[in-house]
Amino acid sequence: MRNPIADKVMGIQPSGIRKFFDLASEMEDVVSLGVGEPDFDTPWHIRDEGIYSLEKGRTFYTSNAGLKELRVEICNYLKRRCGVTYDPNRETLVTVGGSEAIDLAMRVMLNPGDEVLIPQPSFVSYLPCAVLAGGVPKVIELKNENQFRLTKEELLGAITDKTKLLVLPFPNNPTGAVMRREDLEAIAEVIIEKDIFVLSDEIYAELTYDTDHVSIASLPGMRERTVTMNGFSKAYAMTGWRLGYACAPSEIIAQMTKVHQFAIMSAPTTSQYAAVEALRNGDGDVQEMRMAYNGRRRFLMHAFQEMGLPCFEPFGAFYVFPCIKEFGMTSEEFAEKLLAEERVAVVPGSAFGDCGEGYLRISYAYSLEDLKVALGRLEKFVKRLKGNK
Amino acid sequence: MRDQILTFIEKNSRINLKELAVMLGSDEVTVANEISEMEQEQVICGYHTMIDWDKTGAEKVTALIEVRVTPQRGQGFDSIAERIYNYPEVKSVYLISGGYDLMVILEGKTLREVSSFVSDKLSTLDTVLSTATHFILKKYKDHGTIFAKKNKDERMLVTP
Repeated sequence: MRNPIADKVMGIQPSGIRKFFDLASEMEDVVSLGVGEPDFDTPWHIRDEGIYSLEKGRTFYTSNAGLKELRVEICNYLKRRCGVTYDPNRETLVTVGGSEAIDLAMRVMLNPGDEVLIPQPSFVSYLPCAVLAGGVPKVIELKNENQFRLTKEELLGAITDKTKLLVLPFPNNPTGAVMRREDLEAIAEVIIEKDIFVLSDEIYAELTYDTDHVSIASLPGMRERTVTMNGFSKAYAMTGWRLGYACAPSEIIAQMTKVHQFAIMSAPTTSQYAAVEALRNGDGDVQEMRMAYNGRRRFLMHAFQEMGLPCFEPFGAFYVFPCIKEFGMTSEEFAEKLLAEERVAVVPGSAFGDCGEGYLRISYAYSLEDLKVALGRLEKFVKRLKGNK
Repeated sequence: MRDQILTFIEKNSRINLKELAVMLGSDEVTVANEISEMEQEQVICGYHTMIDWDKTGAEKVTALIEVRVTPQRGQGFDSIAERIYNYPEVKSVYLISGGYDLMVILEGKTLREVSSFVSDKLSTLDTVLSTATHFILKKYKDHGTIFAKKNKDERMLVTP
């Protein structure tokens, strides 16, 4: 029999995270620092709107691009928070999570052989999505000494004649790095000069802890070459609702909507009604969660300092990315040993790209009590390793 | 700073001072001073413990009492409220807008104890026009704390 699977798909490696999930799920009494989703429940008023929509019998498809009132609220929000104006009718698409927006943007923008620049360490989907869309992913390795920001020099060094798209994943999962306005201005210059496009993944935009997030589309000359994507999962603790969105110039959104129409039809209706409520009345919830995350972030940084585990201070998302190079193990070995000996699940940095090797992603989407238990175990482990040296 | 301290300790007054300082990005002395100032200014009025008495053997009856009163010239409701809140069995007294004036929350050991407080002490006050007593059958949530069993963390252990 012939191989039923396409070569392109066979060539894609499964995510390194899956392996850890399998290992950890088989063990008992595991405390995890490995999740990529908020520990908060979706605020009740948002859930209630979802329930109410079901009670009212709003169980049909919405228009392909999403509920009009949701698109209007998304545009209001982006104007209010990021200073970018989009047309809800022609420049906004509601998607099934941010992930769908990533997939769609790549599919509609890439011709076979077009190069996609992907700064790493970063979220696991960009690279496979680029490959599936027929593009050629080119990794830019971000550096600890730059606090995992993308510099102008790094970008210039990676651009070739074939470069079409740059993925901009900030605030970053897994490093927690953010790009400040001046960092964005420096790379915007290059992007415009070299005539490439940007897919800006701003799913963690609400979770920054020193300065407010800056959208690259708000910089002069960038709006017309940027797909801004965001969603409800992280800001409003709505991961299971599967709802995100993309905003971009109408010629891009029209094509993304076309593919979305054939692949998905429309994003879940219940989630869309809940999301309208989130955008209208959710600012207070976001602020409350941000404050809780920030406290935990400082708590973790302090704990690592006491443990003597080097870690740059991240100002975004809900991850810290300590360095474990001193122990002479790969991050996967470290994580496996930590899981086996102390039953703490973390994600090895290498799961987010080769340059994540030597680091761990530690999530602080946990209550302080849970964090303390996990950190206690981690500290014991680190002490033991240091004692053996 | 103050607002942030209060947000943290409102939910957990036993929080370790050092940890609190770390989470606020401050130092222990500053936080401790701020707290003691707020205690002196009575911004912070006390530290209590949330107890679900239903889970203990203790016999307790709680009642909400709506009280209609005649406000007094020059003193409004304050002096009548004071006469009521000075009883130790009275847990809370609020001045209320709407159909009645004072909401009194009362705790006693038995129904009889509560009803005799209402009939002997409360109703006999000159300014009290009427009372309506509601006994609490079950407490679901108090001071922002839900008494039902906490949900387990149902998230997958490791996700991207």
